[in-house]
This record gives sequence, C-alpha cells and structure tokens, in this order.
Amino acid sequence: MMPSHLMAFLPELVLLAGALVLFLITLGESRLQQARAAALGTALASIIACVFCLGQDATLFSGAYRVDQFSQVLKLIFACGFTLVLLLSGNLEDIRDDVKPEYFFFLALSVAGLAMLVSCVDIITLVVALEVSAFPIYFLVAMRRERRGQKSQMESAIKYIMFGVAANGVMFFGMSYLFGLTGTTSLPDMLPRLQPVIHSPLAIAGLALTFCGLYYKLAVFPFHFWTPDVYQGASNETAGLVASLPKVGAVAVLIRFVSLASPDNQTVAIMLAILAMCSMFYGNLIALIQKDFKRLLGFSGIAHAGYALIGFVALDLVGYAAALYYIVGYLLMVLACFVVICKVSRDGANVSIEEMAGLHRRSPLLAVTLVVGVFGLAGIPPFVGFMGKLSLLTAALAKGHLFLVIVAVINAAIAVYYYLGVVREACFRDPGDRPPIRLDWSTRALCVLLIGGILTLGVAPARFLGAISSALASANLTLQPTPLALVTKKSLPVMPEHAIEK
Amino acid sequence: MTNLIPNNGCPLLSILIFSPLLAAAIAAFIRNERLLRWWTLAFTSAAAVFSLDLYRRFDPTTAQFQFGELAHWVPTLKIDYAVGIDGISLLLVLLTTLIMPLCVLASWCYIQTRVKEFMICLLVMETAMVGVFCALDFILFFVFWEAMLIPMALLIGIWGGPRKIYASLKFFIYTMSGSVFLLVAIIALRLKVGSFSIPDMISAGHTLPPNFQYWVFLAFFISFAIKVPMFPFHTWLPAAHVEAPTAGSVLLASVLLKMGTYGFLRFSLPITPHATDVFTPFVLGLSVVAIIYGGLTALTQTDLKKLVAYSSVAHMGFATLGIFALNPLGIKGALLVMINHGVTTGALFIIVGIIYERLHTRDLGEASGMGKTMPIFAMFAGVFALSSLAFPGTNSFIGEFLVMSGGFAVSKLMMVCVVPGVVLAAAYMLRMLQKVAYGGTHNPDHSKLKDLGFREIVTLAPLLLFVFWIGLHPEPFIRVMEKSVQNLLEQTQRPPAVAASAPRVSDLALSTDPNSP
Repeated sequence: MMPSHLMAFLPELVLLAGALVLFLITLGESRLQQARAAALGTALASIIACVFCLGQDATLFSGAYRVDQFSQVLKLIFACGFTLVLLLSGNLEDIRDDVKPEYFFFLALSVAGLAMLVSCVDIITLVVALEVSAFPIYFLVAMRRERRGQKSQMESAIKYIMFGVAANGVMFFGMSYLFGLTGTTSLPDMLPRLQPVIHSPLAIAGLALTFCGLYYKLAVFPFHFWTPDVYQGASNETAGLVASLPKVGAVAVLIRFVSLASPDNQTVAIMLAILAMCSMFYGNLIALIQKDFKRLLGFSGIAHAGYALIGFVALDLVGYAAALYYIVGYLLMVLACFVVICKVSRDGANVSIEEMAGLHRRSPLLAVTLVVGVFGLAGIPPFVGFMGKLSLLTAALAKGHLFLVIVAVINAAIAVYYYLGVVREACFRDPGDRPPIRLDWSTRALCVLLIGGILTLGVAPARFLGAISSALASANLTLQPTPLALVTKKSLPVMPEHAIEK
Repeated sequence: MTNLIPNNGCPLLSILIFSPLLAAAIAAFIRNERLLRWWTLAFTSAAAVFSLDLYRRFDPTTAQFQFGELAHWVPTLKIDYAVGIDGISLLLVLLTTLIMPLCVLASWCYIQTRVKEFMICLLVMETAMVGVFCALDFILFFVFWEAMLIPMALLIGIWGGPRKIYASLKFFIYTMSGSVFLLVAIIALRLKVGSFSIPDMISAGHTLPPNFQYWVFLAFFISFAIKVPMFPFHTWLPAAHVEAPTAGSVLLASVLLKMGTYGFLRFSLPITPHATDVFTPFVLGLSVVAIIYGGLTALTQTDLKKLVAYSSVAHMGFATLGIFALNPLGIKGALLVMINHGVTTGALFIIVGIIYERLHTRDLGEASGMGKTMPIFAMFAGVFALSSLAFPGTNSFIGEFLVMSGGFAVSKLMMVCVVPGVVLAAAYMLRMLQKVAYGGTHNPDHSKLKDLGFREIVTLAPLLLFVFWIGLHPEPFIRVMEKSVQNLLEQTQRPPAVAASAPRVSDLALSTDPNSP
C-alpha cells in the first residue's frame, strides 16, 4: 500500500488499533479505568485522524473501497458520535462487572465497522462491514447485569439478533437479484448496468428486498419490532448507542442503494413514501401511551426513521442531504435524552417518565439538556429538529409528494403531545423527596456539547449542509458523465423551480 | 429582494431582536434576585427607549420596508436573514418593547420563586416577539413564531395557577398544531415563488393560481385564527390567561394575540388576494360571532381574569372584522384596535394582578368594594374599564369607531348585528367596575388593604398616558400606518391577471401557467 493510501485509510487504522489495544486490556483483570481511558483516547485520536484526512480521495482494495469526501465526512461524524457515546457511558454502571472492559472493546470495534461501512462500494465488503458494525452491539445488549426484576436483557439480545439475522437474510436475497441482473457486485458498475432494467419487477424487488436490512437498522416499519424491547432490555448507555450511531450508518448506506433507483423511479418512491407514513403513524401513535422513557424514545425513533425516509422519497441529492442532516441532528437530540436517562436512573435501572419529576430542581443543567433534546425531537425551532424537518419537507414537496408532507406535519403535531408530557414532568412538577443529582465533569461537558451541537446545527446549518451536499455530489451517486447524464446532473439543483410550471 | 430600503450604519432591528438574548445570558450569571430584577428592568427599559428611535427615524411617506437588513443564512435551502419594518409592524414592535418593562414591574413582587428563570424566559420572549414582527423571510418568521412557544409555555407551566399544567399544554398543542399547516403552506409558496422572501411572495401573490391560493389561505387561516384567537378556536385562551402569571397574561394579551391579526395583514391579504376575496364573508361572520359570543360569555364570569380574557375574544373580533372589511378605514381601525387592546387589556390584567396580590383570589364577589379603601386603584381601574368599553375620549373609541365605519361600507346588516356586542362590552365592564369600586351593602372587609404603591403607579401610568393620547390625538399613530395600509389594499385588490408588477423571471414563468385566468 502506498503511503498516500495509508493516509486515506488512517481513521480506520486508528480505530482498529484502538480496538486492538482494548482487546489487550481485556485480557487482564478488572481494568475498567484503563479501558475507559484507552477508548476515549481512541475516540479523540480518530477525530484528529478524520479531520486530518478530510480531503483524501482514493480507491483501495481493487475498487471495493472508496475514500472520498462523502465517506470522510461521515467518518468524522462517527468519530464525534463515538466520543459522545463514550462520555455518555461513564463508568458503565449497569454492565456486569467482569465484562466492563470488553464493553469498550466491542464498542470500538462496532464504530470501526461503521467507519468502514461508509467507504464500501462493493456489496461484499459492504456486507462484511455491516456485520462488523452490528455484531458487537448484539453482545453489548446482553452485557447488562442481572438482578431482581431485571432479566429481560437476554431476551432483548436474542430478539435483536434474530431480527437482525432475518433482515440481513432478506437483504442478501435482494442483493442476489441485483447481482443476477447486473453481473457485478461493485456499486459504481451496477448503477449504469441497472438503468436499462430498473423498471422491471425483478429490479424493483431486488432493491426493495435490499433496503430491508437497512430498514431494520433504522427501525423503519415493518422492521421495527425489536426497537422498544431492545431499548428497554439493554442498559441505558447501550440503548443510547443503539439509538444513535448505527442509524447514521444505515442512512449513509441506504443513500447508496436508493440512488441506484434515481432519478425518477416512481415505484420505489411510492414504496418509500408508504413505509415512511406507516412508520410515522405507528411510532407516534404508540408512543402516546408509553410510561417508560426508553420505550417512548424507541417508538419515537420509529417515527423519526419515517421522517428520515421522507428525504429518500425525493430520490435526489437534495433529499439525501436532508435525510443525512436530519439523522445527524437526531443523533445529537436522542443522545441528549439518553444522557438524562442515564443520570436520572437510580443504579442503572430503567426510567419511567414520572421519575423525571422535578428535574429542574434536582439538576438544572440536565433539565435544560432534556428540554433542548425533547423540543428538538418535536421539531420546534431554533433546534436542529426543525431545520431538519424543513429541509426534508422541502425536498419531498419539490418532487410533488404533497400528501406525504401533510401526513408528516400531522405526525409532528401528534408527537408534540408526548414530548410535552416529558417536559411536563421535568419542568412543571415538584421533585417530592427525590434527591438532587450530582454531575461529574464529563457529563457536564457532554451536556454542554450536545446543547451546543443541537443549537448550532439548528441555527447555523449553512456550513454543515454545504459540506454534506458537496460530499454527496462527489460520491458519484448519479450516473457517470455521459453527455446526457451531465445535463441532468447539472439541472438537478434547479429542478424545484421547473417542477412548478407543470 | 425589492421593496426593501437597506439600513445604513447601525443595524437597529438586529440589535433590538438579539440584545435581549445577550441580556438573558448575562442574567444567567447574576445570583442576587434583587439585582436580577433591576437588571431586567434596566435592560428592557433601555430597549424600549432605544426602540423609540425607530419611530423618530421612520419615514411615513413610503410603504416600503425600512431599516432593512439582508444576509444569507442557509444558502442550500435558500433561506435568508431578512428583517425590516413598515407602517404595519412599526407600532407592534414599539408596543412589544414598551410593554416589556411594565411586565417586569408587574411581576416584581408577584414572582417570588425562581426569579432568574422567570427573567430569562421574559427576555427570550422579547427576542421572539420582536423577531416575529420584523422578520421578512418566511422561515425566519416561522422560527420566531414557534420558538416563542417554549418560553411562554414555561411561563404558564412553572409560575402559573392551580391548573397551570393543563393550560400550558393546551396552549402549546393548540398553537403548534395550527402552525404545522402554516409550514406546509410556506414550503409550497417557496416552491412556487422561488424564495422564502416575504416581499417576493407579496409581489407574486396575485399571480398564484386561484386553487393554490385557497389552500394556502386556509392553511394560513387555521394558524392565525388559533393565535388571534377567533371563535371557535378560542378555547385555549381563557385557560392560558387564567393560569398564567400577571406578566404572562399581559404578554399574551398585548403581544401574542396580535401576531394572529398581524399574520392576516402581512400574509393572508397580500399573498392570497383572490382567496381573501372568496373567504371574506366567512371570516366576517366568525368575527361578528366572536364579538357577540365574547361579550355574552364575559357577562357571566365571576373570575376577573376570565372576564378580561373573554373580553379579549370580543375585541379581537373587532380587529378581524376591520381587517376583512378590506377598506382603509377598517384596516386602520383594526391596527388601532390591536394597539389599543394591547394597552387596555394589558392594563386590565395588571389591575387583576394587583387585586390578586392583595386578596389572593380573583373572585369578583371577594373583590367587591375595594375602591372604597383604594381610591387611586379605583381611578385606574375606572379609566381602563371605560377604555375597554370604548368610551369616547379613550383609545378604544377611535379604533372601534374606525372599524365600524369601515364595516358599514361593507354591510349595514352586519353592523346592526355588531351593535349588541358594543352594548354588551359596556354591560360587563361596568358591572365589573361597579362591583370592584363600590360593591354592595355586604362587602368583604377591605379596610386593611394598602392603596397602590409607587411601583404599581409607575407600572400603570404609561398605559394611562397612551389611553388618552390615542383617544384624544390619534394622528401620530395613524400617520405612520397610512401609506402601508394604502399599499396593502392595492396589493389585495390587484386583479388576478399578471402585468402589474415588474417582470421577473419567475413571474414570467408563472404567467404562462394555464391554470391562472
């Protein structure tokens, strides 16, 4: 490998090296603090490496691995998300004592898998990376300690694995169709070869089945069944992880697959629109009656997956950028909620919404974090949830999906009710005899980082959106430059204005 | 963007919008409660004095947006940061900034717990409220419009009365569900017009296809009608008013309700002129119902705050009536009613707050006869009550007179229906005044009550000044809105065909639209 190629692969190498160090640490006895420090070190080093390698552009491993602006921006997002999740995890209160160092090891391995996932442009490597990112998380769910009244973690883990394996099976089946139609496993080669047959039932079925594996990760209806149970069964920190990082990865990969159907495959668009609507209604309506905060976030997560799908319905770069922007914002907002869950929880147990009562007196910073996170999820400006929804709805409406947009805003209105329920407990009720909550420096830093991130991405998203858009444009998601394709590619950003004249 | 006079030098509006946020950030670091109160009072007073400069430098001879500022905000989504004010928004901005110090004064002793959070909420509210009236980009407007819900819901939910949680959630959900359709309409307009800029949308308004206009108008209507609130969307209002702390009630009545009517004036009329024509009779009908219904309901109330709250429904009925009369008298009258309602009803809520601080109840029966031991209080209450029922010489008389003369031009029958509403206003206000000032033969013992202190007099005196100023010499207020109202009506009465405005690329594209007649 050339040194420049080494540079291109640096973030993954840092993560893998960190995972290796963590593996060595796990060989010793009860070295929690060391493992935590090593994991944090890996995370910070990977952020630095990602920033350093932002401009890299290379094709590695015989064309199976593409390093471009798209992948590098996402790797940076993963590295930052990794750091946030580590800060959130703290000392892993609710993980079995004997496997605490292993927790960090698997966590690092999963992030390494995600980082590789976004660079894969060959479906074989992509599947491998997908599994590398998924399997460690299955273990993390099962690592919660057992005690009185808390024995569902194994059930959750099994559910998570079984659903995951089943969804992946469906996905592989779909991929076999795509391979059969095109005779290649490389996505850039597949794109032009699929175009002539893209409207055939076989190609549609292949794409639809392939999406399923990603629907599962993103918790889109009808692959959502695991979500509330896994959130409830996993420890609070693990649920925070499951809810955040893999979803960003899923959106990134879904962009690659959905773009196979670009620019105007109405069948795929309608399919995505129906799934988006089902997810939103299902998630929001059931979330209305939840008592457990994590289950509530699970169902709201299904709804948010539906929102993110709205961007895909547009089948253009504007829509993909909106979906990516939204899901990154979602990562910050849901982590903000999980920080509060982790800190409010007594001894790592699950938290009911009523236990939030009087949070404003018990810990004002946590209350502010919760309010910002929850109002962000509800889509109230100036938080990122609003700007994200705005860009999603604009992208979808530009392509004429008015009904979908109306369903989405109705859902936003429904969702306000249960989000307000959380705020009501936290801000309007008295704490009773619940003790104040003390926060250590890392939690304080995490809270400030998350609030700052949610506000910044909501108020000043120009640079981030610009970076995502140019990254997507550079990712070769549309057809390679034949003269005709060049014209369509150039006319894409102006599409909305022309679309009106119809 | 056309129709925008750029502001040279100091960005007045941006300072006015964002300095309260800075003040809130500073307030977060002040520990002493007394200092905190003084700091908020000093800041809001300074902002009020600063905003008077807008009036001094405002040019009433043009209908264009003045003090304009324009910058790119989110280029990928074509959202700009654009602010500017015309004759319609100027008075509302001034109303907001001038009422703020009074809110601080009114909660000086009323708010005893968590003073810091309260003051921060007030200051954030000021940013959002001024922002709503200044924004010239629809997304910027929407951001302020929605962002305001959070501090207001907290004001009601934390410092409110016994049913505060119910009231707060109801307020939030009602307003939020109205505005989601507003968002869809905004996006649809942006795709038709090509930018989120409000002046661009206004100048393209008459070229939009009629069918499209109907839907946009309805989306606007739901959102703004809930905010006003118009009958039958008013049910959140009494709950929110009754439970909110005094400052919250004052802000709700004086500023937040105006946003609905402001929305009608700024957006519904000029952007969807054709739909306005079509839907006007229905809106007028609802306005008349609101006037009568508000009056009848207010007549039966024994809770003072509820009484004032229902009188708000009636007053805002006058405002919407004037707006949809669609003639200069009506709209000028509606704008004055909006300002007057801000002054008078704000004052009445402060009066009720003063009663509550002394008696710890708002029951009309308990409060009867207070005027006997509190002459200064009775004087203030009397003037504001008379103002509320539109007694000649007070501010409301001018506003309602203009609205009614505008209404007569539309339909005499309609105005005959409105007249009982005016009588009802006199009935419920005089009933309240009579009870509070004199009471009956078996009044509760009020002999130990103290009359108004210096702080309370300072709170009410400016409002008293405006009651008589607008009542006796309304010319300075009407003068600034003249041109803008005239321009607004021209925009509303543009024929649905094209060719009126300067040809722009998007206009030309739209004019070939087969759907437009």
